[in-house]
Order: sequence, then structure tokens, then C-alpha cells
Amino acid sequence: MAAIIQINKLRVEYGGAMPKVALKGLDLTVNAGEVFGYLGPNGAGKTTTMNVLLGFANATSGMAQLFGVDVRQPIARQRIGYLPELTYYYKFLTAEEILRFYAKIFGIAKSAIESRIDAVLKLVELDHARKRQIKTYSKGMQQRVGLAQALINNPDLLILDEPTSGLDPIGRMQVRAIIQRLKGEGKTVFFSSHELGEVETVCDRVAIMCEGELKAEGKVADLMREHGASLEQIFLKLIGYRAAA
Amino acid sequence: MNTVFAIASVTIKELYRRKDFYVLFVLSALITLMAEAGTFFHDDKIVRYLKELCLLLIWISALVIAVTTAARQIPAEREQRTIFPLLAKPVTRGQVIAGKSLGCWLAAGLALVVFYLFLIAVCGSREHAWPLLNYLQAAWLQWMFLGVVIAMAVLGSIVFAAPSSNATILFVVVIGILLLGGHLNQVALERPEPMRSVLYAIYFIIPHLEWFDVRALVIHDQSLIAWWAVAAASAYAIVYAVLFLFAAWLAFRRKALNT
Ligand SMILES: Nc1ncnc2c1ncn2[C@@H]1O[C@H](COP(=O)(O)OP(=O)(O)OP(=O)(O)O)[C@@H](O)[C@H]1O
Ligand SMILES: [Mg+2]
Repeated sequence: MAAIIQINKLRVEYGGAMPKVALKGLDLTVNAGEVFGYLGPNGAGKTTTMNVLLGFANATSGMAQLFGVDVRQPIARQRIGYLPELTYYYKFLTAEEILRFYAKIFGIAKSAIESRIDAVLKLVELDHARKRQIKTYSKGMQQRVGLAQALINNPDLLILDEPTSGLDPIGRMQVRAIIQRLKGEGKTVFFSSHELGEVETVCDRVAIMCEGELKAEGKVADLMREHGASLEQIFLKLIGYRAAA
Repeated sequence: MNTVFAIASVTIKELYRRKDFYVLFVLSALITLMAEAGTFFHDDKIVRYLKELCLLLIWISALVIAVTTAARQIPAEREQRTIFPLLAKPVTRGQVIAGKSLGCWLAAGLALVVFYLFLIAVCGSREHAWPLLNYLQAAWLQWMFLGVVIAMAVLGSIVFAAPSSNATILFVVVIGILLLGGHLNQVALERPEPMRSVLYAIYFIIPHLEWFDVRALVIHDQSLIAWWAVAAASAYAIVYAVLFLFAAWLAFRRKALNT
């Protein structure tokens, strides 16, 4: 199987007043067509990993590739869609304007842009609000704009940083449905989450991170068989959590 | 190139959707109209004062617009985190800098068009003379001047952490050059070494923004500047703007962005 995301010995150190090693030599591979759940407690290094993949943060050492292209090259991002952890978009634009803007950046042909915008707005159910400025949106609606812009280029790989945070139960269900639908289309999805139940239902494989280190990686069913426990119990054990007796 | 234009057009869209842009227009127009209303005699001198006042206001307003908008672009993208979804697209950081600067420059040009149309209308209706080419040269050179200023502001916004200190430093530098830039070589002559060499070096390095200030052309109806000189000045401005933007790109290229 072709590796879509390839990370080798990735180390990221943050400098400044409080130096911090956010990733300590991470090795990770995500293959084509997989839905990959990236788990770990707060501060584990999930967002940092994604920031390196997107070129926001620099690796101290090690290597990261998307589609076999070094992440430092902008062209590596041609076939990906990205949803940031906290979604913020140009508040003075409407949903369709922002999607048009990003579509142009992807170099989508003029004739295809409008139908593509229609399709993604329908998918995230924002069609009714497409002509309103984003500053008038609720948080959940902004999250949907985020998802829409991540899908505008019909990407082969989606990198989603906590895609369901801040959504109501219906919104979460819809995001799960979107992820499953993308999987059906043969796309690869790499997403971080704190919702273990959700991860269990949609993911082919998961990785559990803690303090910049990979603690476990594999198919959910395999992990559960190995440890003889639920995903939640495995998670808590691996991150070294002991409940007060 | 399409990417650069797409970023520029979003930048312009933001600028005219923000209301504070219009305040300066209205303010300048009001002051000029009040000054006009206060002058009862239709003699040449008064029209000249009117032009002088109006041009000064245009220069101040355009400078304020250019500096404040250009200095804000990239810091605002980072603060509001819109830079992340943007950079997650196949754009280079150089394209972001180019697009933002181009957007600010075109917006400044648009503002100049409005300002000068207003000026032409006010002065022309009094003098019944329409030296349009003088206005055109003055406006064009001012636009070139703003191009350099915008490039400086974008560079400053990457180098200095706080946008407000960047804007302040820029106002001081730009106004300093406008007032002193042309005399620095004479000042240097009166100083002992090593001060003299330092001042000379500064004189040769700084962009001579004062060359672009040809308000007298409009105020005193001077004869037109040779077009080759206008072209040379434009090329000079573009070279400086490109140099500043290149420096901005160097500073921004590998900068880690905190999410
Ligand atoms: N810009 C930064 N400067 C210094 N330290 C940072 C910076 N960004 C992140 N860190 C540190 O790096 C570590 C990893 O952070 P990261 O944001 O990757 O965690 P995360 O797994 O995404 O957590 P969460 O679940 O809370 O989103 C944390 O200890 C954090 O404090
Ligand atoms: Mg995170």
C-alpha cells in the first residue's frame, strides 16, 4: 500500500522562554484509503505533528512527507484538505466568497468552481447561509465552513484537527458521516480527536501519543485483543493514568 | 500569479468592507469644503491655499491609510489565525507577501483616485482651469511613493512583533525622509568625521521618498515633469519596493507560526 503520510524520526523542539520538546523522534505512516485516528491527551503533540505536515512548524530533525514530497514544498499541499483545531476565517467574507478564494488558490478551473462550491456547501449543510458574512455564523457553522474549505479541492488526504470539537450531537454525526463517505470514495483521512467512541466507529487504525512519544499504534480491534480491554482503558493505561482509588 | 491576485483581491475586499476606511475620506472632504466655504474672494492666492491644504490632507490621509493597512495585514492574519487555512493551501509565503502588498497598493491607488477627483473638482470649479496632466503626474508619483511605503510596512510587520510600534517607527522614518532626506548630504558636510561618512552612507542608502513629493506641480501650475523622469522615478520606486519585499520574504520564509 502506498504511504500518503510518511514521518521518520521527527523531532520538534520549541525554543523561547520555556523550551519544550513537543515530538521526540516520531515514526508514523498513514496509508492510502485509511481513516487514521490520532489520539493523545492535551499537550501530547498532535497539533504539532499536523503543523509540521502543513509547514507551519519546522522540524528540528527528522523528515516528513506527503505523497512522497517533502512537506516544506508548497506543492505537497495541492491534494490535501486541512481543518485547523480552532477555525477562523475571514469574517468579512461570505461562505461562498471564501470558498471561491480558496478554489482560485488551488487553481481549480473557472468553469468548475461554482459547481464545486455548491457541492461542498450542500455536503456540510450550509447552503442556506452561503451569502452571509462569516462573522454572523455560530461556532458550529464556522466549523462547517472549515470543513467545506477543507473539501473544496476534492482532496485525496484530509488532515483534520479535532473536527468534531464544538459541534452539537447532530453536527458530530454529520462529520462522522462525511468521513465515512470520503473513505468510501477512497480518500485518506488523518484526524485527531478526544472522542474515543467516535474514533472506534470510524477509524481503521489509531495511534496513541503521549508527551511527544508514540505509545501504541494499530487497528482498533487488534489493540483491544492485545490488551484485553476497551479503547478507553487502553488509552488511560498507556498515558499512565491511575484513577484515585 | 493567479494566487497573488486572489490574495490581493481578498485584501482589497476587506479594506473596503471595513468602515474606518471611509472616515478619512469624509474627514478630508469636510475640512477642504469648510476651508472653501470660509474663503469669499475669488482670487488666485486663495485657490492656491486651498490646493495646498487639500494636497497636504491627501498626503497625510494616504500615508495613514497605506501604513496602517499594510502594517496590519500579516499580523492580523496571524492573530486571527486565518493564515493557517491559507498556508495549508499550495501557496508559498512569498505569494502571501506579494498578494498582501499588491492588495494594499491597489487599494491605496483607488483611494488616490477618489482623493484627486475630489481635488480636481473643487479646484477646477474655482479656477476654471483643468491641468489634468499635472494632477496625473502628481498622483502617479504619490502612488509610487506609497508603493515603497507599503513594502516597508510589510517588512516591518514581519520584523517587529507589535503592529503599533511598527506603524509608529514607519511614520517617523517616512516623515523624516520626506523632510530631511534631500538635505542629508549638506548636513553631512557640516559634520566632522566619522559622522560625516555615516550621514553620507545613509544619504545613499535610503529611498529618496521626497523626490516623489511634487505637490508644487499642482499648486503652482508648474510645467510638466519630463515623462522619462517620471518613468525613471517609477522604476526607482519599484526597485526599492521589491528590495523591501524581498527582505520581508527572507524574514518570513522559514518563520515558525504558532498555532
Ligand atoms: N508555540 C509553542 N511554543 C512552545 N511550546 C509549544 C508551542 N506549541 C505547543 N507547545 C507545546 O508542545 C506540546 C505539544 O502541543 P500540541 O499542541 O501539539 O498538543 P496537542 O496534542 O495538540 O494537545 P491538545 O489535545 O490540547 O490539542 C505541549 O506541551 C505544548 O505546550
Ligand atoms: Mg491540539
